[in-house]
Amino acid sequence: MRVALFITCVNDTLFPDTGKAAVGLLRRLGVEVEFPLAQTCCGQMHLNTGYRDEAVKLANRFTDTFGGYDAVVAPSGSCAAMVREQYPHLDIENIPKVYDLSEFLVDVLKVTDVGAYFPHKVTYHPTCHSLRGLKVGDKPTDLLKNVRGLELVPLPGAEECCGFGGTFAVKNRDVSAAMCADKIGNVMQTGAEVLCAADNSCLLHIGGTLKRQKSGVRVRHLAEILASTEESAE
Amino acid sequence: MSGTFVGMPTFPKNAAKAVQDSQLRFNLRKATHTIRGKRASVVGELDDWAELREAGKTIKDHTLRHLDDYLIQMEEKVTAAGGTVHWARDAAEANRIVARLVKETGETEVVKVKSMATQEIGLNEALAEEGINAYETDLAELIVQLGDDFPSHILVPAIHRNRAEIREIFLKHMAGAPKDLSDEPRALAEAARVYLRQRFLEAKVAISGANFMIAETGTLVVLESEGNGRMCLTLPKTLISVVGIEKLLPTWQDLEVFLQLLPRSSTGERMNPYTSMWTGATEGQEFHLVLLDNGRTSVLADKVGRQALRCIRCSACLNVCPVYERAGGHAYGSVYPGPIGAILTPQLRGMDTPLDRSLPYASSLCGACYEVCPVAIDIPAVLVDLRGKARHTRAEKAGMAAAGWVFNRSKRLAKAQRFGGRMRKLVPKRLPGPLSGWTDTRDMPDIPAESFRDWWMREGKR
Amino acid sequence: MSAAAREVILRRIRSAVEGAPEAEIVRGYKGITGEPGDVELFAERVRDYKAVVHVVPRAEVAATIAGITAQRLLAVPEGFPSHWYAPSEGETDGVISTCAVAIAETGTIVLDAGPGQGTRAQTLIPDYHLCLVREDQIVPNVPDAIARLDATRPLTWISGPSATSDIELNRVEGVHGPRTLEVVIAIG
Repeated sequence: MRVALFITCVNDTLFPDTGKAAVGLLRRLGVEVEFPLAQTCCGQMHLNTGYRDEAVKLANRFTDTFGGYDAVVAPSGSCAAMVREQYPHLDIENIPKVYDLSEFLVDVLKVTDVGAYFPHKVTYHPTCHSLRGLKVGDKPTDLLKNVRGLELVPLPGAEECCGFGGTFAVKNRDVSAAMCADKIGNVMQTGAEVLCAADNSCLLHIGGTLKRQKSGVRVRHLAEILASTEESAE
Repeated sequence: MSGTFVGMPTFPKNAAKAVQDSQLRFNLRKATHTIRGKRASVVGELDDWAELREAGKTIKDHTLRHLDDYLIQMEEKVTAAGGTVHWARDAAEANRIVARLVKETGETEVVKVKSMATQEIGLNEALAEEGINAYETDLAELIVQLGDDFPSHILVPAIHRNRAEIREIFLKHMAGAPKDLSDEPRALAEAARVYLRQRFLEAKVAISGANFMIAETGTLVVLESEGNGRMCLTLPKTLISVVGIEKLLPTWQDLEVFLQLLPRSSTGERMNPYTSMWTGATEGQEFHLVLLDNGRTSVLADKVGRQALRCIRCSACLNVCPVYERAGGHAYGSVYPGPIGAILTPQLRGMDTPLDRSLPYASSLCGACYEVCPVAIDIPAVLVDLRGKARHTRAEKAGMAAAGWVFNRSKRLAKAQRFGGRMRKLVPKRLPGPLSGWTDTRDMPDIPAESFRDWWMREGKR
Repeated sequence: MSAAAREVILRRIRSAVEGAPEAEIVRGYKGITGEPGDVELFAERVRDYKAVVHVVPRAEVAATIAGITAQRLLAVPEGFPSHWYAPSEGETDGVISTCAVAIAETGTIVLDAGPGQGTRAQTLIPDYHLCLVREDQIVPNVPDAIARLDATRPLTWISGPSATSDIELNRVEGVHGPRTLEVVIAIG
């Protein structure tokens, strides 16, 4: 099986540690993951902001780049959902099989215990596109429950949007901030040290607000927690 | 659509004001969370909900595909049953027809059952200009009308008001309201009962909308809770129903689907208290049906947007929407607020005003609306499609073109990342211009010295 | 004017849907069962709406109604079986009726202006409505009810007493319709 990593433009540029963690985790599980250098962006930002033609160009570029692979793994629910849910609406052909990281682990590799160690109190935000787009269900939390040392606490109102929404966060800054404030209120209620999600875009938004408020709660991508071991744990 | 909202600022500006209103936030949060729970529990009772939803969607799509045939059939059946059918291309024409029909009765007062179509066309205002007073009889509509306010929700137009505010409105504006009126919902409902009873008994003309029209039989269907609908539909001598052309269902059997979908999605009940169905002139009444286009046929012409015409006005999308919950209904500047309004209003009115252009962006695309929609309208997909049709600012276009240029060659992306990495210490804590929308409430992330792809080239691959 | 409007609207529709794909209706949901409805479920669902429900053998219906109406005088629509209730003359403070169909799953009673049901106004204006439902009139679900009903009759579907959810989206019983709904279910 030829497996490619689709890092996504946001992770590539701003969160390389998530990519490194995904590579380390997959290798630990015996997957020789490749990184096609021609990859850039799935086109979601353009599509969602109203630039369909630009998005179609990027979508075609994506299918060209990843065409030869049996599986494409993306550490982003929202970019994976863009390819799987939106490309068909854009009349894109030969769409490669794209999995969000948790789907690839649970559905393809059939593992829920990835041998990770992360001795912290963690709460999980499911993110809209993983939850309602990809419908990953309990896969991420099943993976977290098997992490040694990790105490998983449920997040009240988990299914509610954090208010990121791409350019929504800028175009409708006040509503976005109000949504984030409520999300953070729920996070604080859990008493967790770490907020985990499978999408760094949402974490950029929630994490940026948590940091501004000096809340003390850290954000970590699912890949980073799952990659963590006794030797590497924070 | 109605002129009442003309000249309103854009959605973000309206919403910015609304999120500061803590009373409004509290009222909306309480109400929408209550109804969310109720809906989820009664929908969960039906193990064939997914199949009902599929049937609802396909019945509506089929009807819309053959709307001309079914409208003609409806007209024949209503006429055969003693009713009169009128056709209205737009709001002005519909208002003229209704005003003329009322005048022909010699009456100057009419009672009204809550109807989105008549709000959309601004019927009450048009009738007032003709010297005809229209009295809203639905409790929430009454609260809005007495308070000289705008509706903010499809099902519960006064959702932005809590019991204490409603009591204030009644005490101030309701003739004969008891001085010691409490804010108990039961007492408020009783006050409305007393206030409207005489009006019902004396009214000679009633105006309604309809939830469904059955082409096969010529039957109209109105769902309601309070009994004001039954009062208006049965007591007055003349009944005028203004109904959007998309409200048709082909057969009587089709109703079995929608009478399961609508109450459970709307008020979170297994069934609403009262549903009235009548065919033509009933029990000695005179009956007029006004079939309303008012932009619907242009929505129908849009391949992606036409699914909005499946809408049965249940409000489930409003009740789950995190944006609606915080911005409130008034921010949408339309009688159709919330996610459905964000796709319906710009299609019905066009996107010529800054407000209407801003509506497709009034969503984080979280998908909660699509999930609960009983006729499976893919609201996020229509929003995205409308965003593609909206006019964009020059600065945004330039930015998006630049981003597209960078993303079209991986080498350009790598170069941009390296440049960003070198400049990372220079990124200010607060960004200028439109990007200040980001840094007003959030910290920027630390920009890494090295992108993932550079790390991969250096030591990642093996 | 209306004739022109009609032609314009129909023409607009035809040009709007030209070339659109045919849309087949998919009915995968539970349809007509053709089975008798569950009396206990019906009673429970009607009670959920805060209506008063009596489930009694057919032979005891008259006595039950007599008990309920000891303090009341009810109006009687034409065709109501007089062996169940025959009031004396006087000013009434409620109405009694039969029904056409009842739905167990939703706790709904449907009136179709048939014998014993009166006009729509007769069961609307009084503040109290006593409805008599025979066991054989109860069907399991909405599709069963639709199949039994004639669309061209004036129909009123009643699920509990008049109510509103307009104040903070909480259901409150009692606005314009009858504030008290009482149901007698005759079994056997």
